[in-house]
Parts: sequence; C-alpha cells; structure tokens
Amino acid sequence: MRFYDLIFLAFSTLVRYPLRTLMLLIATSIGVMAVILLTAVGEGARDYITGQFKDMGTNLLFVVPGKNETSGGMGPVDLAGVAPRDLTVEDAISLRRIEGVKNIAPIVIGETPAQFNGLERSVPIIGTTPSFLAVRNWEMEVGNFLPGVTLDRSPPVCVIGKEVESELFGKNNAIGQWLRVGDRRCRVTGIIGTEGRAIGIDTQKIVVMPVSLATALFNRPSLFRIAVQASNTWEMDQIKKDIIRIIKKRHQGKEDITVIRQDAVMQSFDNIFNVLTMALASIASISLFVAGILIMNVMLVAVSQRQSEIGLLKAIGAKNKQISYLFMTEAIILSGTGAILGLVFGHTITQVLKLAFPTFNFLPPLWASFVSIIVALVSGIVFGLLPARRASKLDPVIALSGNK
Amino acid sequence: MIQLENLCRHFEVGNQIVRALDEVTLEINKKEYLSIMGVSGSGKSTLLNILGLLDTPTSGDYVLSGINTSKMNDDEMAHIRSTKIGFIFQSFHLIPRLTAAENVEIPMVLSGLNSKERKERADNALARVSLTDRADHRPEQLSGGQRQRVAIARSIVMEPDVLLADEPTGNLDSASSKEIIKLIEELNKGGLTLMLVTHDVEMGSRSDRLIELLDGKIINDKKN
Repeated sequence: MRFYDLIFLAFSTLVRYPLRTLMLLIATSIGVMAVILLTAVGEGARDYITGQFKDMGTNLLFVVPGKNETSGGMGPVDLAGVAPRDLTVEDAISLRRIEGVKNIAPIVIGETPAQFNGLERSVPIIGTTPSFLAVRNWEMEVGNFLPGVTLDRSPPVCVIGKEVESELFGKNNAIGQWLRVGDRRCRVTGIIGTEGRAIGIDTQKIVVMPVSLATALFNRPSLFRIAVQASNTWEMDQIKKDIIRIIKKRHQGKEDITVIRQDAVMQSFDNIFNVLTMALASIASISLFVAGILIMNVMLVAVSQRQSEIGLLKAIGAKNKQISYLFMTEAIILSGTGAILGLVFGHTITQVLKLAFPTFNFLPPLWASFVSIIVALVSGIVFGLLPARRASKLDPVIALSGNK
Repeated sequence: MIQLENLCRHFEVGNQIVRALDEVTLEINKKEYLSIMGVSGSGKSTLLNILGLLDTPTSGDYVLSGINTSKMNDDEMAHIRSTKIGFIFQSFHLIPRLTAAENVEIPMVLSGLNSKERKERADNALARVSLTDRADHRPEQLSGGQRQRVAIARSIVMEPDVLLADEPTGNLDSASSKEIIKLIEELNKGGLTLMLVTHDVEMGSRSDRLIELLDGKIINDKKN
C-alpha cells in the first residue's frame, strides 16, 4: 500500500465520523495548549523575576549581617556560633577604599507614620544615600534624590513615592514642603518616578531619607544591608573577598557577614523558575497522556464497530501489518493534528494574554512546542498500538460476520 | 485447479467438538461453475471460507493452482486472496465512506498499484457491471442490485482465477437477483472458476455442477 493511499484511507475514516474525530482533536489540543500556556506562565514569571534583578544590574553585591555556619567543638565561646555584630554606616564607609567599587548604598528599612497638614499615613521608610538611585536604576519624576547627602552627611531631606505625594499633598506641590516622619522632619526634594517594587516594597508608597536620619529615627544603629556596585562584573569575586576581609578586620576578626552576589541570586531564581516551568510542562503533559488513552479507548471501540470493514479488507488481500498501519495512521493523524491545533490555540491565547496583561511577559518556550508535539505523537503512537494490533489480529471470518 | 483431500474443520464449542467439515474430498476444475447447497449449519460457508483462504482446515490438504496452502502463513494467504480469489458477499461489504470507484480500487490500493492503473482497471470493471455512470456515487446512493454489482466489480478487478460467491442474491429482489446471476455467469463464461453458495434450488440448478452438504459431509455431487 502506498503512503498516500494510507493517508487517504485513514483521513476518509476520520472525516466519516466527524464528531468522534472532533472530540479526539479537542482532547489532544487541550493537552498541548495546557503545555504551551503553563510553560508560558512559568517562563513569564522567570522573565519577570530575573528582569527585576537585571534592572538593578548584575554587578551588585549585598552585604548582609550574620553568617550561617556550624558551631561547637571549639570551646564554650563558640557554642552559639558567631554572634553577628551590627553592620554600621562606618562599615559602609570602610568599603569605599576597595578598588573597583563604583557605588556603595547602605540600606535601613522600617515603617513609621508620615504626616502633612493634618493628614497621616503609615509609610515604609528606606534610609540610604544618593548612590541608591544608581544602584536601583531608579528615575525621578521631579526633583532631586537626596541632594547633599553622603555617607557622612545627613541633611533633613527626603524623596517620596507618587502615592504618598497624592495622599498627603493632594494637589499641593510637595517639593520643598516639610514632611513629618515619626518624630523627625524632612524637606521633600523629589518624587520617585519609577513604579514597581524595591526590597519587596512598593516604590509608590515609600519615603526615602538619608541613612543616618533613618538610623536615628528608628533608634537603631544597624543597617539592613549594604549594596555595593562593582565597576565591572569580573572584579566582583575580588571585591567580595575584600569586603569580607575589611569587615572581618573591623569586627575583631569575626567573619559575621554574608556577601551575596546579585548575579548568583538571579541565577538561583533562574534555575528555580526553569525547574518550575519544567514541572508545569510535566503536569500539563499528563493531559496529553490522558488524551492518548482517550484515543486508544475510542479506537478500540472503532475496531469493534468496523469489524466488518476489517474483515472485508482481509478478504480482499490486506495483510495484518496493513490493517495495523491503517489504524496507527489514524491515531497519528489524530494526535498530530490535535497537537498542531493545540499549538495554534496555545500561542494565540498567549498573545491575547500578552495584550490583556502587558506588564507580564507570557513567553511560551520553543522547547515546549517541540516537546508537546513529540509527546502528543508518541502518546498517539503508543496508545494507537493496542487497537491497531487488535484490528490486525481479527479473524477475518468472525470479522466478516460482525456488524454489517 | 482446486483439490481438497480429506479436509476437516472442527470447532470446539464448550466441551463439544463440532465437525463443520468432515473428511471432505473434492476436485474442482478450471472454469467450472459449482453450486454448493445445504441446510443451515451443513458447512457451506465454512467450505467457502476455507476455499477463500479466510479460514484454515483442522486437517487435510487444500491445493490451489498446484500450491498446497496448508503450510502458508497469514501474509502468503493474504497474497493469494489478493491475486487469485475474488469474493462476493450477501451483504455486499462495501465501505460506506468511499465512492463506487474507490471501493473497486481498494484491492489495488492494498496491492500498491499506482493511481493511473487503478483508475483504468476500476473504470473497466465498472463498465463490465454497467455502472460507469455511478462511479462517483457512495453505496448509500445506490440500490441493492447496484451495490452488489459494485462488489462484483471489486471482486474481478484484480483478475482472479476463482470467484467465490456467498449467497450473492440473498439481500436482493427477484429482478436484481436475475441481473446478478446473469452477470456472474457471464464472468464464468469469460474464464473464471465460479463457486456459489446458495439456498436457492433454481439458482443451484443453473450451475455446471452441484454439491450438497449435510453435517459437514458431501452427500451429493452431481453434474447438471
């Protein structure tokens, strides 16, 4: 039997039973569509998260107080491990001498009420230096970001997010106004233009002030962390070593800090989301196997319904393998066409979702399309084998005496 | 052309053995027109199935055109069915989704003939059964007699040596039956060996030779 004739015969059967064919196509296409959509969500989430890190730049290091290590065995002093000393502004200042460091931004965070003209709301506070603007790649909508502030100097200035501006100042011009923050006052010098989140805080809701003002406000000398921006990525390993060395020296020989590379964190998230996407694809692939089982069930019924036809084909000279090929071809056409339809629907819905949610980038990975098609085809072939074998092994006499 | 030697076909039904054919010995000559008659369960269809290589005997030999078919595997038997044997069934067995011409082409499709040759042969076969104008009709658009003529065209399109007809007029009215009988008799006159299973005494009497079966044995073998 020629290939074209095989396709024609299989296709004519599928057309003859349109409802059955349609149901099987829907089942397979839903499976493929699920793979495309779920991987698009997974990849979109990965892109979003890593994008957030990339926006900050990959040449960042974070110095965090405390260090995880095994304790004990060295005597009573070490029983509790290394008790971390506070990370202070002076520590941040000491890092300025490291070669290859572009910016240093100490960070203090807290929350306190902010008041203006009788209006009050609780706001998250970030205490830092002007370097923070460069470190975070922020843009100002209006005004300046902490003018005159250095690691050593803390004039009473602050910048605010858009929501803080609209809620507390309304239609008044916030620039130049005195804002009461906790028991302190600071003059508003600018409005943050960037939207999004920083250290888990909505930038539209925050007040940013000099680091020393924040430590005084919260009556807490310790920093939340220090952000160190390297001039070049390749210098980061050396800078990391230098940071540990300097801080260790300042903390009486105790290595009580952890230095985290931004690119390493980003890589970790990247890996996590890759695994997540793969897991989503695997879960969705189950539906493809379900579709395969459905194809098998329906084709087993079809073998029974088409006994007479199978008997006839055998009577006029069809070999067992030709009968088998015929049923296998039907299964492959069903799963293949279903997979292609699933791809078209999946990618179309992805595009619609992109339009509906422009901030979230739905990115169906290329491998998902290939894998879903292959899984659908393999599923069709594997689950088509049993009905095909059953059809080919039918006794022609019994088959001919079957339904007519 | 056909020799059956002590042919038996037994079926196990529960604990019992049913002897559908019992020690049948028969010789059929080329171009012979043979009718097989008998009551229901006498073994007519079993004999026809074995002659058509759709079934295999429990014991005994079946030699077709000098080839002993007893040791053939499924594929070899399929090849013989495809090239040497044509079938006509009581219920036509046309594939409903295909046109008359496509139904006639099916044996050639299975044999791997190219579409041009298939079309030529199918047109000729349909012309021989006077159905050229119905080539593009599906079975549901044809009368019973026309469907059987399509089945006849399909059975002869591979130019077989033997034509096996299992009650070919069983589902037809008398006018159509006469047409069909006339047609297959013409094919026999054209050189085909014809074996016809029938309940119809009148039809049986038209053949060159009539054998009668009872309980799997030939009880009568006479020339008309």
